This record gives sequence, structure tokens and C-alpha cells, in this order.
Amino acid sequence: MSPRGEVALWIAQRASAAVLALCVLVHIAVMVYAVQGGLSAGEILGRTRGSAGWAAFYAVFVAAVAAHAPIGLRAIAIEWLGWRGRSLGVALHLFAALLLVLGLRAVWAVFA
Amino acid sequence: MAMLQVDVWRGREDGRYQRFEVPREESQTVLDVVTYIQRHLEPALAYRFACRVGMCGSCAMTVNGVARWTCRTHIARVARDDRLEIGPLANLPVIRDLATDMREFFDKWARAKGQFAPTATRKDAPARVPPGSRSRATANAGIECIGCGVCYASCDVVAWNRDYLGPAALNRAWTLVNDVRDGARVERLRAVSGDAGCHSCHTHMSCAERCPKQLSPTASIAGLKRAAALALLKGEL
Repeated sequence: MSPRGEVALWIAQRASAAVLALCVLVHIAVMVYAVQGGLSAGEILGRTRGSAGWAAFYAVFVAAVAAHAPIGLRAIAIEWLGWRGRSLGVALHLFAALLLVLGLRAVWAVFA
Repeated sequence: MAMLQVDVWRGREDGRYQRFEVPREESQTVLDVVTYIQRHLEPALAYRFACRVGMCGSCAMTVNGVARWTCRTHIARVARDDRLEIGPLANLPVIRDLATDMREFFDKWARAKGQFAPTATRKDAPARVPPGSRSRATANAGIECIGCGVCYASCDVVAWNRDYLGPAALNRAWTLVNDVRDGARVERLRAVSGDAGCHSCHTHMSCAERCPKQLSPTASIAGLKRAAALALLKGEL
């Protein structure tokens, strides 16, 4: 990959990590707070259904995961498997798309 | 007289350790031990040294599993039960016995654009660099490298990726990035941002842990990552 591409990936990795750190904290804090009266599907859906705020929050969470995980896997693939080049790029884009689709589908399911 | 049991690597990559008995002396260094073996027990032993005072960077070897400069490493600090195992540096091809082929190590300094690129000529006045300036202080932090290869031999990323430029070459690049007289900053950042450049560093810090000059190549590499990111965002890269 070109130096520009390499640096861009590094920035994306660090930026998505910063977003993830915040999202995970909010996610866990809300979970701990919400289960105090017992946790049920109904209670979760009652909070998320129709809530544009929570849908936006989790959409951002999913996007950060879809950016962060494949870049990390790329380093592992290069160092441990010696896998490089175009085929690796294609595989990682597919993996990112998979994370994005599955994640957004779940977000939609608790929103709609 | 107390004796040291010393296992010394013989041959190339497919060699083996050979046992020698060496008299224990006061204030003895690992290099003293190797030199004793070469002068009294095995004249064919291949090893490398020059200054004997920690300046030239040529005597680094693996001592009891750890890369060290042997001229400044006292036996009292590293021998376990009067036993020593001395081998060539890791991550480099072995020429013979304790001598490694350092070519790829130094070629990587060149690939990381470790050469100073002047912006002035001999007709210009000497540059004035305030000693207290930030860039001067940052360059100073990495400038005492003696090129011994201890960091390179200790680096896991070098072991995983043979193209990785390594801590010493990247540290050198970082001192030049902070040299206000140098004119190749962007080219250098490009050179160290490739597949095998500073972005491959995992911040294990083995280089900083083992550097005999107590430099922190890890900090230099982190500086290169930041500088490259800023250069990309400014559209320079």
C-alpha cells in the first residue's frame, strides 16, 4: 500500500478507537443502570423503539467497529499469515461490509 | 581459581554451542571472556569488536538470551551460577560464530532516508539552532545511537516482518525530521510510512528496554506516526 494509504489507515484506526472507547463506556454504563430493575426484551425495546437518538448512537458504534476491526485484522494477516496485496484488501472490505450490514440490521431491529 | 562455564555459538545458522572454561576475573566483561577464548582456547573463533568502551557499537551479542553490548556488560551482572551462553545477535544472518551480517540493518537506515539532506551550502552562514528549542531537544533525545543493532535484534516486529525498517533506522529518521537544517522531511516521512515503516510498530518497547544507550526508539517511532498523520492531514504526504 502507498504511504498515504498506510497513514490514512492508521488515522482511521486511532480515530475509530477513540469513538469506540466512548461508545463502549456509554453502552456499559447504560446497561448497568438499566438492569437494576431486572432486564427484559420489552424494557430494552421500550427504550430504543422510535428513539432516533439511540439509533444514531448505535449506528455510530457499528460504523466505528466496521472501520476498526478490519484494520486490526489486516496487521494480523500481514504479520502472522504473510497475507498481503489485493486479495487481502478485498477480503477485509467484505468483512467490513459484513460487520456494517449485521450491525445496522440489529440497530434497525430495535429501532423500528 | 573460579571458572566460568561458557557456551559459545559456533558455525552459521545451523551451528551449535561449544563449551569453554574461562577463569573468572575481577571486573570482567563479556567481551573479555570472548577475547580470552579467542586468544587462549580457540583462535578460529569469529567475533567483532573495536573500541571496547561503548562507543563503536560493533560488539553486540546475545548473552544468556538477551541482546547486549558485550564490552560494557559485566559478568557479575549477567552470569547465572558462573554460566554464560553467548550467541550472535538475533534477526540478522550469521556469518560465522558470533559475527552477524549487518548489511540489511544498515541498508534499512538508507531506506528510511537516514541521510542528512542539506538546505545550505558552505557559502552560507552556519545555521543557528537554539539549544533549548523543541525540535533540538527532540532530536537530542535520539541522537546518541551507536548503531549496535541491539534494538533490532530485540524487536518482535523485525522477527515477524523481515522488511520492517526497525527501531534504529526509524530513530535515525526521527532525529532528522527534527533537524531544522534538513530539507527532506516529507520524502523521509513517505519513506518511513510504507508497509514496513513506523506504522507496523506494536509499541512492545523491547528496543527501549534493551538499548544500551538508554534511548527510546519507541518514542521516536511514535513521533514519526504523529508527524506522518499531520503531514497527511495537511496534504503534504
